[in-house]
Amino acid sequence: MITLQINGEKHTIDADPTMPLLWAIRDIVGLTGTKYGCGEGVCGSCKVLLDNSPVQSCVIPVSAAKGKNITTVEGENKNLQLLQESWVELNVPQCGFCQPGQLIAATALLDKNEKPTDKDIDEAMIGNICRCGTYQRIKNAIHRTVELKNQN
Amino acid sequence: MSSIKNISRRSFVRSIGLASGGLILACNTSIFTDKEKAPENLIDFNPNLFVQLNSDGSLILVASRSEMGNGVRTSLPSIIADEMEADWSRVSIKQATGDKKYGDQNTDGSRSIRYLYTTMRQMGATAKAMLISAAAQKWEVPADECIAEKHFIIHSSGKKISFGDLVEIAKTLEIPTEVTLKDPEKFKYIGKHLKSIDVEKYVNGSAIFGLDKRLPNMKFAAIARCPVTFGTFKSYDKSEALKIAGVIDVIEIPRIERPFGALGGIAVVATNTWAAFKGRDALKIDWDYGSNKSYDSAEYMKQITANVHKPGKVSKDKGNVNKAFKNAKKIVESTFQLPHLSHAPMEVPNAVAWVQGETCEVWAPTQQPQASRKEVVEYLGVPEENVTVNVTFLGGGFGRKSKPDYVVEAVAVSRTMNGPVQVVWSREDDIKHGYYHTVSAQYMKASLDKNNKVTGWLHRFALPTITSTFSPGADYAAGWEIGSASNIPFTLENMKVEVGQAPALIRIGWLRSVINIPHGFSVNVFADELANAANEDPLEFRLKLIGEDRLEDTKNPIKYDTARLKNVLKKAAKNANWGANLPEGHGLGLAVQYSFFSYVASVVEVSVINNKLTVHNVYTVIDCGTVINKDTVKAQMEGSAIFGMSLAMYGKITAKDGAIEQGNYSDYQMTRMHQAPKVHVEIVDSIENPTGVGEPGVPVIAPAIVNAIYKATGKRYHNLPLSDYGIV
Ligand code: FES
Ligand code: FES
Repeated sequence: MITLQINGEKHTIDADPTMPLLWAIRDIVGLTGTKYGCGEGVCGSCKVLLDNSPVQSCVIPVSAAKGKNITTVEGENKNLQLLQESWVELNVPQCGFCQPGQLIAATALLDKNEKPTDKDIDEAMIGNICRCGTYQRIKNAIHRTVELKNQN
Repeated sequence: MSSIKNISRRSFVRSIGLASGGLILACNTSIFTDKEKAPENLIDFNPNLFVQLNSDGSLILVASRSEMGNGVRTSLPSIIADEMEADWSRVSIKQATGDKKYGDQNTDGSRSIRYLYTTMRQMGATAKAMLISAAAQKWEVPADECIAEKHFIIHSSGKKISFGDLVEIAKTLEIPTEVTLKDPEKFKYIGKHLKSIDVEKYVNGSAIFGLDKRLPNMKFAAIARCPVTFGTFKSYDKSEALKIAGVIDVIEIPRIERPFGALGGIAVVATNTWAAFKGRDALKIDWDYGSNKSYDSAEYMKQITANVHKPGKVSKDKGNVNKAFKNAKKIVESTFQLPHLSHAPMEVPNAVAWVQGETCEVWAPTQQPQASRKEVVEYLGVPEENVTVNVTFLGGGFGRKSKPDYVVEAVAVSRTMNGPVQVVWSREDDIKHGYYHTVSAQYMKASLDKNNKVTGWLHRFALPTITSTFSPGADYAAGWEIGSASNIPFTLENMKVEVGQAPALIRIGWLRSVINIPHGFSVNVFADELANAANEDPLEFRLKLIGEDRLEDTKNPIKYDTARLKNVLKKAAKNANWGANLPEGHGLGLAVQYSFFSYVASVVEVSVINNKLTVHNVYTVIDCGTVINKDTVKAQMEGSAIFGMSLAMYGKITAKDGAIEQGNYSDYQMTRMHQAPKVHVEIVDSIENPTGVGEPGVPVIAPAIVNAIYKATGKRYHNLPLSDYGIV
């Protein structure tokens, strides 16, 4: 039995400790906002925050998440919510499938960098593929979030 | 297009594929399948298939096409809402199941809007007319004294009543046989920027894609398929797989010899996806690879290249090309080689199926719900009404999800397991067992006279045809695959198109923009080479080659208009500041393509510095006739630029000993954020009929990049991907 703390809630699950965190979240806990895209850490669809660091949950064993705070796209985080609003304002998603991972990566960026440059954004988002090609809007939405934060 | 049309119910019914006028009422009652039937008192007024107005004023509009990033769940219903004068904030969307009663649901070929635009308008106009009649009846006033506005009917005296309050009367009225469509000047949603109606769900993680579908006691399955297309298993050992925690069973899936049939293999059923994948990897299988084992794509490329270096089957022969070549001042010749591509949508193929006795329900990310249903009906041998195909959100499609082989697999596993099952493809499964975009070799030869006029044009190509998926053994391009080579918009007196032989040794399928990828590439790059041979500016040269304004017959109902083609090209050039001085190492390249009845030009700015390619800017102009949602068109052009760039830079699927060599995004790479150019989109204002949007932005990108690289470096690349040249 492993206890996971996801979005502030505890879930005690029966899972093989080597099972990637992604599948524990999706198939056992039943939160499906976190996506499977590649299973080898190269697309970013499965990103979650593990104690505030972005990780590819498809390559992290569930045992490594024990005792840590996991935040998924369904979770609460000030920057995540602000980013989600900008995403809506700029109508960022096309198919939408990669966007949970994109939002988590962007959240992690804003959590540690209050005013990222284009280059900072490129570096933070390099691990996230969008097959629909929404990169330009993602970048604009990150800048927009920062702009709105500074206004308030 | 006239601004107002009167349409009789007969033609309106026929346009959605139903048999006769009387069916409309039947459709009113059959809009919901039994299982999903809404409470009677909630669904009060169904004037036709697509519109359900409730007495609380909430309006449910049916989206009959699949949402995969194309924006169709917003654009199609917004057409109804506009004609109906409904308040968009009161609208919710109901996704249609796969059913012929909705007419064609195949979300493919960039045709959702162009097929359904008028039908959707009629749906909305019919509902509006009935609400006006209802109000007129209630107030005992003539109907022509009433108008509809934002969910109300308003009388000339100023009194108003809400749509919802008219439901009781409206539902007793006859469906009108004639309706009047709005003056486009008065559109409220059409032609504007509407946000995706699903955008919140996408960003908060609540959108249910196929992979996210869950049912009580649902099992997960992964399938081991033969590495070689159409190979089968001789024997297998499942003992190690069964030892894995979570694995429940290992079962055989037959190969179904239909174009969209399951490939067949061994399925591992488990309590979670991970266990299913692990169990699948633990199987020991002895395969019978079959005859496609010989497929070696590098060797194959040599063969089809040899086939285009000799005369092929003549499919177009205008004037006398040989004579033109003989009298030429200059001859230019080039050979182009393009590899297979995989769709690799972000969401892998997957489906949930639940077979219960003689009935079956499916939840799948499918572009073709009716074809999915048909495959299931064929497989189970049950009547059509016993099979329900629910369409989830699609995490991208690009043509892959119009081939429902994965749906049949889920049904096969569910039947054996006697319960709900989700079949999940791993990314490796997706890349190794697809319906691949064709591989191609092309040879082009043209002559210039002393005035640098193109006098002769020969285009030979060989590529395994999509027809091979439907008629095994077909080994020459089909007529529609020839069109984009033979109907090019150039003024050419002497022109010949020849097709070389190319058997298919893997499954060939359509991928976003299809045949326009190889032909758009060769024609646009070759035209640039001719400009260079003529020592002329590529833009001026191309405009000359297209020639004067005219309508060209394409054997399609819509003729193409060279004035519109030149217009998008000139606008793109202007937006890109064509002709201006650029920094050292930078260059601009152009391409223009007519596809899916739309006109698209892109000018791309690249730099090649220290042998490293950067794409800085893409200036795309599209003329797609009447625009329904400007933001969607813009988004599609932005996305097409990235899709086109991925295939130009990295796209390459190869086969060795019959097996696909790539297996994930690590060796089948995609453009990423740091490489993404700025994409500048202009949409031409037009009142022509709406034409394709999802695909026509793709084929211009790769040739424009290659032409820009030439401008920047003087190096001409004829093959893709560019990563093979070491500049990516
Ligand atoms: S699914 Fe984890 S990085 Fe792709
Ligand atoms: S929005 Fe479709 S993959 Fe990013």
